[in-house]
Amino acid sequence: MAFYFVQFLTGLASAASLFLVASGLSIIFGVTRIVNFAHGAFYMLGAYIAFTLTEQFSGAIGFWGGIVFAALIVAALGVLVEMVLLRRIYHAPELFQLLATFGLTLMVEDLVVLIWGPSDLLGRRAPGFWGAVDFFGQNVPTYDLFLIVLGPLVLGILWLLFQRTRWGVLVRAATQDRDMVAALGVNQKWLFTSVFAVGVFLAALGGALQIPRDAVHHAMDLRIIVDVFVVIVIGGLGSIIGAFVAAVLVSELNAFGILVFPKISIILVFLVMAAVLIIRPWGLFGKQEAPARRTPGLTVNPWRPLMLNERLGAMAALVLAAALPLIGGNYALAVGSEIAIFVIFAASLHFMMSVGGLASFGHAAYFGLGAYGVAFLAKMAGLPMIVSLLLGPLLGLLGAGVFGFFSVQLSGVYFAMLTLAFAQIVWSVAFQWVAVTGGDNGILGVWPEQWAASPSHFYWLSIGAAALAVVALRITVFSPFGFALRATRDSPLRGEAIGIDGKRIQWTAFVIAGTVAGVAGALFAYLKGSIFPDSLGISLSVDALVMVLLGGVETVSGVVVGAIVYKMLSIWLVSQTDLSKLVLGGFIVLIVVVLPKGIAGILETIGNRRRPEAPALLASQIDTAE
Amino acid sequence: MRRSRYLLSAGLAIIVAGLAQSAMAADEIKIGEINSYSLLPAFTEPYRKGWQLAVEEINAAGGVNGKKLVVVSKDDGGKPADAQTAANELVSSENVVMLTGTFLSNIGLAVSDFANQKKVFFLAAEPLTDAITWAKGNRYTFRLRPSNYMQAAMLVEQAAKLPAKRWATIAPNYEYGQSAVAIFKKLMSEKRPDIQWVDEQWPPQGKIDAGPVVQAVAAANPEAILNVTFGADLVKLVREGNTRGLFKDRAVVSFLTGEPEYLDPLKEETPEGWIVTGYPWYSIKTPEHDAFLKAYQAKYNDYPRLGSIVGYQTIKSAAAILAKAKSDDPEKLIAAAEGLSVPSPFGEIVFRKIDHQSTLGAYIGKTALKDGKGIMVDTAYKKGSDYLPSDDEVAKLRPKE
Repeated sequence: MAFYFVQFLTGLASAASLFLVASGLSIIFGVTRIVNFAHGAFYMLGAYIAFTLTEQFSGAIGFWGGIVFAALIVAALGVLVEMVLLRRIYHAPELFQLLATFGLTLMVEDLVVLIWGPSDLLGRRAPGFWGAVDFFGQNVPTYDLFLIVLGPLVLGILWLLFQRTRWGVLVRAATQDRDMVAALGVNQKWLFTSVFAVGVFLAALGGALQIPRDAVHHAMDLRIIVDVFVVIVIGGLGSIIGAFVAAVLVSELNAFGILVFPKISIILVFLVMAAVLIIRPWGLFGKQEAPARRTPGLTVNPWRPLMLNERLGAMAALVLAAALPLIGGNYALAVGSEIAIFVIFAASLHFMMSVGGLASFGHAAYFGLGAYGVAFLAKMAGLPMIVSLLLGPLLGLLGAGVFGFFSVQLSGVYFAMLTLAFAQIVWSVAFQWVAVTGGDNGILGVWPEQWAASPSHFYWLSIGAAALAVVALRITVFSPFGFALRATRDSPLRGEAIGIDGKRIQWTAFVIAGTVAGVAGALFAYLKGSIFPDSLGISLSVDALVMVLLGGVETVSGVVVGAIVYKMLSIWLVSQTDLSKLVLGGFIVLIVVVLPKGIAGILETIGNRRRPEAPALLASQIDTAE
Repeated sequence: MRRSRYLLSAGLAIIVAGLAQSAMAADEIKIGEINSYSLLPAFTEPYRKGWQLAVEEINAAGGVNGKKLVVVSKDDGGKPADAQTAANELVSSENVVMLTGTFLSNIGLAVSDFANQKKVFFLAAEPLTDAITWAKGNRYTFRLRPSNYMQAAMLVEQAAKLPAKRWATIAPNYEYGQSAVAIFKKLMSEKRPDIQWVDEQWPPQGKIDAGPVVQAVAAANPEAILNVTFGADLVKLVREGNTRGLFKDRAVVSFLTGEPEYLDPLKEETPEGWIVTGYPWYSIKTPEHDAFLKAYQAKYNDYPRLGSIVGYQTIKSAAAILAKAKSDDPEKLIAAAEGLSVPSPFGEIVFRKIDHQSTLGAYIGKTALKDGKGIMVDTAYKKGSDYLPSDDEVAKLRPKE
């Protein structure tokens, strides 16, 4: 009995730091609607700076002072980021801020290695909290007890802050309806900045408090960020109490999960998140979001099919691309094939995200399923390449069919998080089920057959498939189905009123996107000759998101430009420098500031400015109606 | 005006440098090298210093067959697919004669499969998985570092001497952890049929929730523990274990923990008396190692990690293979490498013909605390050749060509 109680206490201690970080993210999202991907980076910076300070200053005051001071320094950095970077892009399309914070995260990961060196650092133990207390023969670390007290304490302070101060009232009001708050004359700029500072302070404090238990290292951010997303989604976005309850729930699940299912602890939380979202679509303590006032599709120029000369231009570009084998060597062709495959992958996400308004954070699942489908068919069933290529993506279709059915019941960030949960589940299965998937060591020897083996042939196959996929998706966009999908995106209520079954349309779009992603994955397996679980991983999903945002989320085919630019740049940078993350992150941040509509988006805007009959008036009128 | 002249001269300098490089190319021999520099800098930085030292020494001694040795190094970002892109670039654009490097097992396997497909010689440096030389071995791939199996066998030899009968295991839940535990259990149960396995913990790699894991292991009350976690997970496990008294009066056997890369971050938390494999650079007193240590410290003003040895020996071995083959032809390189004996800081090693595994060994010893730092004591070098299964068994493990 004592054992279970101590296990419970241990879970509570882990919950405390998780809660600190999660509450920060939740507050920031609630008010500014920014999915702050850099939250993990701030957590990590808090730990690193606290490490330096606590090494510098000895004694209890040095230690605790160092921890608080580190959090303050990072909060100041957060303010700087908010004022210099995020303020410029609040009016950019939804999720574009994600791109900026993702770029920041990449930069910070390399910067901490440059500043603090590559080795793991071991921080000091907290003065006065060295040992453990004996509890009926079980040892409870005193630092754990400290954390257990701290969690509810912070919760209480936050609650008072939100309930009893004017600032708190404004924050709650903005969480509920920020346009109304603005209309009432509240200075939103400083409200957002202060909220961001508080959120970052909490993240950094959470990180700094880890140093007596954890090692400080440059991958801390990724370890925490996904867990934190899970926590705020289970708890309900913007709800501090929800974040606390969910943090306790997740930590206790970990603590007791390892006793019952030692091997699947990694997916347990995702299973729970999926279950919670299916039963309570807005999390345990969340409220249904008010329908958005500004809909992304209406703020831009209406989409139209390409005109004749534009089609000719696209054809010419394709012909030029197809001529690459005349001048490029084997390496150039392999890179070309890879880029073409990522064009397919990114286009499939773009179809779901821009046309369907469904931003998936786990799109790599269907890419990876397609690749594993090919690997199973080719390696285990021994089917020929053509058959495997055609049937492999069906695994992506199947996955999208099942997961999509549940996902489209939700919308916005909840949708994104459910797709992330499903992708993590698929990834974990591939990573840990060594007997079938080979686990981390993957499936090897999936090479193309003779007819496609030469780099030029495979290149032509890839760009052919990419051209087909992009054209097919474009045709779908301008088909009646595409219009129905856009109607559901822009106004679910009106769409329903004219007889569109929104959920079914979205589900179909999800399945189409998943299948196309599966095609990309199938080609990818043959390009690389092997398949590993990282083809299902978060970083690939994020890559796809970045490609879409970079190309311009409000364009029809800007994603092609985004995919080509991003993939080329990242391959080139990885080849040229060990600091590729720093440079790539810096580039992304720059793009975000200079071209807030994405690369193709900005080209389109310039193109439209030259055309005088652009229906700007009409667009602005629709904008305010709802 | 000034600026344009500056640009002009910079441009000219680049062109001249390019010309000089292409003029030199005839007297060069290029090796491609791939590793996870950006993902795992803690391991790959010492590794890089190691191979850079080797390149310097080789060229100071006249290069390889009179040609200057050049290593073209690429980062793989810790992703198998990117490692293949890098391998492709090295082979197709840089025209390297062989590939070397890699740290993670999955990346080693990806590059090995690439090498097999494109018929390129590949010397894997660090990946530990047994698959790379056995279940998924191929004729183009050789491996330097002692494999998972070899390290397990070395540990089992010591562990079997312990009186402990009740064992628990803690291992990261992925291929490396799973196979390390499986081999250890198998070899151990062969030597000591009386052993009971009372608990196993499988924390996710890189995300251990150390408190509950420690608590759960303690609840099973084992007499001895096998640990396979490493890196940041190990730090957390050790801290929680120390606080909660898990390691008190219990024997612990631990993979890789004696390597400076993993031991040094533990500082004053280092648990004492763990049986570990590792690299006690401070207490190896052989002329070969002294020479290496002196050269390394003179060049970098830092002490070597195990990665330094691996990086150094990878390039030294590659140069020896190239020198013997006197050719770029991969078939000739394979012929030269099979059975080749090379000197190393750990003594003479041989690349076995039967499975292309080198006989580089490892040091085994116990952890201890000295001046607030973890060290290995009672160390002994274990030759790799003594801890491999019989040739018959190996032949069964490896696919037929």
